[in-house]
Amino acid sequence: MELFGIFFAAFLINNILLIRFIALCSFFGVSTKIDTSIGMSFAVVFVMTISSAISWIIYHFVLTPFHLEFLRTATFILTIASLVQLEELYLKKVIPNLYRAMGIYLPLITTNCAILAVAFLAIDYKFNFMQSMVYSLGVSAGYSLAIILFAYIRDRMVLAKIPKWFQGYPIAFITAALMSLAFLGFTGLFGL
Amino acid sequence: MTLWKDFNQGLIKENPVLRLMIGLCPTLAVSNTVINALGMSAATAFVIICSNIVVALLRKIVPDEIRIPIFIIIISTFVTIADYIMQAFTPDLHHALGVFIPLIVVNCIILGRAEAFAYKNPVLNSALDGIGMSLGFALALGSIAVVREFLGAGSILGITLYNTAFAATIMVLPPGAFITIGFLMAFLNKMENKVQ
Repeated sequence: MELFGIFFAAFLINNILLIRFIALCSFFGVSTKIDTSIGMSFAVVFVMTISSAISWIIYHFVLTPFHLEFLRTATFILTIASLVQLEELYLKKVIPNLYRAMGIYLPLITTNCAILAVAFLAIDYKFNFMQSMVYSLGVSAGYSLAIILFAYIRDRMVLAKIPKWFQGYPIAFITAALMSLAFLGFTGLFGL
Repeated sequence: MTLWKDFNQGLIKENPVLRLMIGLCPTLAVSNTVINALGMSAATAFVIICSNIVVALLRKIVPDEIRIPIFIIIISTFVTIADYIMQAFTPDLHHALGVFIPLIVVNCIILGRAEAFAYKNPVLNSALDGIGMSLGFALALGSIAVVREFLGAGSILGITLYNTAFAATIMVLPPGAFITIGFLMAFLNKMENKVQ
C-alpha cells in the first residue's frame, strides 16, 4: 500500500513536469512531434530506473560510510553521464531494436535534469532501495504521460487559429498552464 | 567597448530565459515569491561568475577532448559551495529552494557559457559575460516573480499591498508560472515587432 502511494504521488499528484517543474527544456524541446516525445519517454523510463538504482547504491555504500556526502552533486552527475554511455554501448550490442527506437535521445538524457533530480529526491525523502525504485518508476511514468499528451495537443494546434503574438512558444506555455491546472486537480487523490 | 558588449548582450539581446529558452526549470519553479527568485538568482550568479573565471583561467591547459567533464566538475564544485553557504546562513531560503540548488549544476546556461564563451576568451571578458548573463537571468526571474507574487499573494517581498481576499491564488501555484511566462513572451514578441 505504501509503495502504491509513492507511485501515484510521483505519477500524478507531484507530476515532475507540470507540478514540480523539472526537465522543462525537454518538455518544450522534443514535444513538437509525437514520435520524438515517445522516443524520449522510453529513454527516460529506461535511464531513470537504472541510474536511480546505481546512485542510491553509491550514496549509501560509498559516500555515507566514508562521510563524503558533500561530494554527492559531483558524484551523481559523473555517474549518470558515464552510465548513459555504458547503457548506449550495451543496448547497441544486445537490443539493437530498442536502441534504434531511442535514437539520439539516449545521449541527450545526460542533460535531462529529471534524472539527477530523482537521485537527489530519493535521498532527501530517505527512501529505502525498494521505495526509491518505485518512486523513479512513478516519476518516469508521469514524465511520459505528460510529454505524450502535450505532443498530441501541440499536434492539433497546427490547425488552430492562434493570435499572431502568441504563435510558437507563448501558446505552448499557455497550453502547459491548462494541463498543469488539470493535474492540480489530482491533489488529494487516494488521501495522499 | 568590447568589454561593454560582453556585459550587455546577456541582458536583453541574448537573455538566457526569454530569448534562448534555457534555464527554464528554476525560472518557473522558484518564481512564486520575489525572495525565492532573488535567492536563486544570487546562487546562480555566484556559480556562473566563478565557473566562468576558473574556466577562462584554465582554458590553455584543459585538453580539448575532456573539456566537458572538467567543466562539469568545476561547476559542481561551486554548486556544492553555494549549497553549503546557503544552508549555513539562510536555512529558510535553502529549505524553500530545496532540490533546485543542487540542480543548478545541470542549468544549461552555466555549461553553455563555459563552452561558448569562457573557454575562448580572457578572464576579464569572461567575468563580465558571467555578470551580464546572471543579471539577465535575474531580470527574467525577478519580473516573473513580481507578477506572480503581486497577483497571487497580494504582496511584494512579503509586504502586503492589498486585501488578499482579492488575490488569485492560482498565480502562486504551478499553472500561474506557465501563464505568466507565456504572456511575458507574447508581450516581448509584440514589442519586438513594433521596434522593427
